[in-house]
Amino acid sequence: MSADIAHELHGEREKERVAAAATSARVRIVLAIGPATAAAGVVWAFIQPWRLTLLNPHGQGFWWLFVEPPLYIVLVGVLFRVLIARPLVQDMEDAGR
Amino acid sequence: MILAGIEPKAEMVHWMFATGILVLGLLFLAETIVGPEVWARRPWRRYLWPGTMFLLGLLLWPVMALYTNSMIHMVAHGSWAQVLMVSGGAELGVVRGKLHSQYWRLTSAGALLVSGTAFLVHEQNGWFFARAAFLHHALGWTLIVAAIFPLVQAIRPRSIVAASGFAMTFFVVAVLLYCDRDSAAILGHFSQFAGVPHR
Repeated sequence: MSADIAHELHGEREKERVAAAATSARVRIVLAIGPATAAAGVVWAFIQPWRLTLLNPHGQGFWWLFVEPPLYIVLVGVLFRVLIARPLVQDMEDAGR
Repeated sequence: MILAGIEPKAEMVHWMFATGILVLGLLFLAETIVGPEVWARRPWRRYLWPGTMFLLGLLLWPVMALYTNSMIHMVAHGSWAQVLMVSGGAELGVVRGKLHSQYWRLTSAGALLVSGTAFLVHEQNGWFFARAAFLHHALGWTLIVAAIFPLVQAIRPRSIVAASGFAMTFFVVAVLLYCDRDSAAILGHFSQFAGVPHR
């Protein structure tokens, strides 16, 4: 093998390695978005427990029991992870192949 | 009159819309991270955020019709409904392939500008009257300043900074909407004319 071809192959491998690392970082970020969102909802629920009327439902009307903002955030985070992030990661890996 | 007893309080409506805005922010962020090519690999995914935006515009019509405490509120809610539907509809047209120009993104800039102006115009009180007044001013200026992001996207569709800024705008708006209470103090300030404060 000539030195030129070897050098070219090494350059291509380096490019592939950088691209794979970038994809891997993006995969990790996409997978982390949902849990991070859900964690924000949980933290909020601990900081302001009175925003969760389900914890003390006695005497609350329908809307006060239905509208639970911290739980909404947790739900959005979980749904994002399951419905959006997973297929997105699969597509990123397919695109990387 | 009968509806007044069964409809949710204004703050609850803000929290529900905050959730919709949060969903939009997550979708924009994910698309920005993975890039438009990967995002478009599954056809249903392309319709997600334009559809959500259109749906939020649609849901603002009942808000306009039911929360009639003042004419200016009705005009503000009605204008939000229209601009969100126009923006979502235009983006649906783009992903469907019926519309082709990158300048359709200007409808999003218009939506942010109109929404921000409506927030500022329909808030009659000063910043520190109560938390709701503060948030209306903060939301209004946030949206007006953030209109620069879709404006840049219309000119440079591949701009990562503009796409990230657009996504982040929705997170800021969601947080501000979640902070809303019908009557609560803001940074220790609460007008004696603002009712009974609560947490």
